[in-house]
Amino acid sequence: MTAKLAERPAGADLVRSGIRAQAANSSFAFVVRAAAVSVFVILVLIVVTMTREAWPAFWHSGLGFVTGTDWSPSADLYGALPFVYGTMVSSLMALVLALPVSIGIALFINEYAPRRLRAPGVYLVDLLAAIPSVVYGLWGVLVLGPFLLPYVQKVADTIGTWPVFSAVFGGPVGLKSMFLAALILTIMIVPIITSITREVFDTVPADQKAAAVALGATRWEMVRGAVFPHSRNGMVAAVLLGLGRAMGETIAVALVIGSTAQITTRIFAPADSMAAVIANTFGESSGVNRAALIGLGVVLFAMTIVVNMAGQFVARRSGRKGAGT
Amino acid sequence: MSVETPTRPAAAPLPTYDATDLVGARLSAPRRYKNRVATACVWASVILALAPLALVIVLVVKNGLDAMGVEFFTGNIPSTRSAATGMGPAIVGTLIVTAAATVMAVPLGVLAAIYLSEYGRDGKVAATVRFLAGVMTGVPSIVMGLFVYTIWVLNFGQSAFAGALALACLMLPVVIRSGEEMLRLVPDDLRNASLALGTRKSRMIRTVVVPSALPGLTSGSLLAVARAAGETAPLLFTIGAIQTFNPNLFAGTNTVLPIQIYNGALSPFEGAHTRAWGAALALIAIVLVFTFAARLVTARLSTDRHR
Amino acid sequence: MTVPAALHVPPTEAPPTALATEGLGVYYGDWLAVDDITLQVPRHHITAFIGPSGCGKSTLLRCFNRMNDLIAGARVVGRVTYGDVDLYDDRIDPVQVRRRIGMVFQRPNPFPKSVYDNVAYGLRVHAMTEDLDDRVEDALRRAALWDDVKGALKKSALALSGGQQQRLCIARTIAVEPDIVLMDEPCSALDPIATGRIEDLMQELRRDYTILIVTHNMQQAARASDYAAFLTTEVDGDGDRRRGKLVEFAATNELFTHPQDPRTENYITGRFG
Repeated sequence: MTAKLAERPAGADLVRSGIRAQAANSSFAFVVRAAAVSVFVILVLIVVTMTREAWPAFWHSGLGFVTGTDWSPSADLYGALPFVYGTMVSSLMALVLALPVSIGIALFINEYAPRRLRAPGVYLVDLLAAIPSVVYGLWGVLVLGPFLLPYVQKVADTIGTWPVFSAVFGGPVGLKSMFLAALILTIMIVPIITSITREVFDTVPADQKAAAVALGATRWEMVRGAVFPHSRNGMVAAVLLGLGRAMGETIAVALVIGSTAQITTRIFAPADSMAAVIANTFGESSGVNRAALIGLGVVLFAMTIVVNMAGQFVARRSGRKGAGT
Repeated sequence: MSVETPTRPAAAPLPTYDATDLVGARLSAPRRYKNRVATACVWASVILALAPLALVIVLVVKNGLDAMGVEFFTGNIPSTRSAATGMGPAIVGTLIVTAAATVMAVPLGVLAAIYLSEYGRDGKVAATVRFLAGVMTGVPSIVMGLFVYTIWVLNFGQSAFAGALALACLMLPVVIRSGEEMLRLVPDDLRNASLALGTRKSRMIRTVVVPSALPGLTSGSLLAVARAAGETAPLLFTIGAIQTFNPNLFAGTNTVLPIQIYNGALSPFEGAHTRAWGAALALIAIVLVFTFAARLVTARLSTDRHR
Repeated sequence: MTVPAALHVPPTEAPPTALATEGLGVYYGDWLAVDDITLQVPRHHITAFIGPSGCGKSTLLRCFNRMNDLIAGARVVGRVTYGDVDLYDDRIDPVQVRRRIGMVFQRPNPFPKSVYDNVAYGLRVHAMTEDLDDRVEDALRRAALWDDVKGALKKSALALSGGQQQRLCIARTIAVEPDIVLMDEPCSALDPIATGRIEDLMQELRRDYTILIVTHNMQQAARASDYAAFLTTEVDGDGDRRRGKLVEFAATNELFTHPQDPRTENYITGRFG
């Protein structure tokens, strides 16, 4: 063995050789880089091709496309404000409902649950996220809506007749409504907000929590004193990313919101959202109408991107890496 | 941890300490009250989330089973008024479209993840791609549908493949993000061990990094597949409508379970509702199979690690 | 392939040299971590690198198979001569270098594959696959691991004990027939018994290979090495930044019994108490 090694030409074979091996090496690097850049390419293509197809509608309506309140394809009127309004209001309502529940579930899994209930808690959230949105929509329109209708009617007949309150809870009451859409949306964004909130709670140093408990804090005082202050940024990120998800949610909303382009403060009245109107009317549209619907897609894209970027920015500042699922 | 129920070994008495204020009742009333209300709220939110989930699942199973028979799996989809239960074309369509989307998105996403974790690391390109993948995760699914409509359907018409393109666009960022996370879990020790043997980087990645991360990559991809299989919006304008079987990926329109559920929910007829529940049951079954498969792989991964 | 003339370095005097450095320094960014190392590592001997932690002995070791190339911001200056070529010449392929100059790491790092596949890994990479079974067995025998694993070649390498894993890593390294084996504190994660077995193994391997070992364990250096280099840290002009310097390089006996430099003496006596 020794002799064999000694006879080897020292160093000659260290000179760069194996052109093929090196080529394979650098072409692999090229391929993976190209795959990564594909994300950029797709996003650019989304903006370019959709804007191009929507151009006739933007040209037709000008700035009125986003400020106009009349959407009437038969009259060639394309004012998208009622849809923007519907998207924002239904999403914000869902957010208000979902946030406390999500924080509660996150606290349950991370702090409150007995050890053997923790894993089932995680399963619960995963399962909630796994049910396809169209199934929630089906349930909403065939079961939840009809079930809630008499109660909603009662609220409209009592609280809805009081001054001031009538502006929000007043009738007439529809089977499909902004309220029902917000409820369904709530169920759909609880999982994402919960999982981000949990990740944030996980970053609270254990010794800070231990310190709070060692000072004689109750569990709630520990949560308020050690967990919440540490998680403020992360919770803002969770809210923004949940809002982004709610704004883009399509099918469930399309089934339960009522498809009525109007701006009203009454939550039991039917309304419409950007995603829902695209889903519900794209099939039978043509010409400028179709361009206008694609234009709605562009506006929706822009709005969700802004909200998501803000969410990611805050998330990054709070030290989290990703946006969860 | 538990403050409310202190237990003290009865053994050696410590007469110099007065421990009576350790008894739960001595905690001041407002503090005790607040703590209990908070605990109740936490439990209430879990029940609030559990209720719709349980209701949906129970109803889908109960109503869905009514529609399930041999005809459900083999029959063509009848007209909306009919009481027949055929849903076969949509089941086949869902499997074809999802499979095609997976074939496109998973390899591309894993390659991109390899770039982020093995080449780009903390560089500017990688940071940008990571950010854009996050942005892409937030693109609404209906927008992906419109995008594929404008770039593909307007030129080549509707087909299962067009739908698969839209789903692939939705899956891609999810696969990239989970993929990078999994690749980063591979210890640098293993990379160094391979490189120190005189392995080229590309070969090291293929023979050490990817195999080590394979369970994680599989699990992440399965979850992305599960999510894509349940999507409706991206397919509305991309795959068209059909009531008979079309196993051809590239030619002719197609249909999937989510679209049939959507149509059934919009329909006023009882038969269509029943079919929708049946389709929902089939869809949830497909989605949960992927979800549980992902969990199974993850569970195996963790036992492997601890061996 | 013939070596271009400019690659040749004039031969050095006996004893036969496996590796030589001239004015070798390593920068991390603009921090000079190791400065101006000049020494000749004799062939078919065990050379130990000792010194206080942070003196750059591991960094120095990683220069010899260009593993420092993999650290972002690391830069090597000076020369490292192997045989008759400068390892840092532009024309040198670091991947080939690592095949000839193997490395064993601080923590055992077997691949999450079977015992057999761990040893076969490098052989497959270098297309040394004829008589693969024999080569694997030979490597395991030379690493004194064959008797432990011959019935469990298909079992996961992660099921082995720490000491066995480290011997497996040695088997994996010598399977591809390197000239030189670099060992970066190979026993620091092992118990004394496993450490003893690795040291015995090193004595066996010395006949076939040149071994360079970094160790923080003075007894180990004294027991197991033929030559020893003592490095220390020097605080540079800026204050808090430290750099590694070679203080003394000699036969191990000499270094431990008649250290020429007071710093060496202090370190050795301090350690031995």
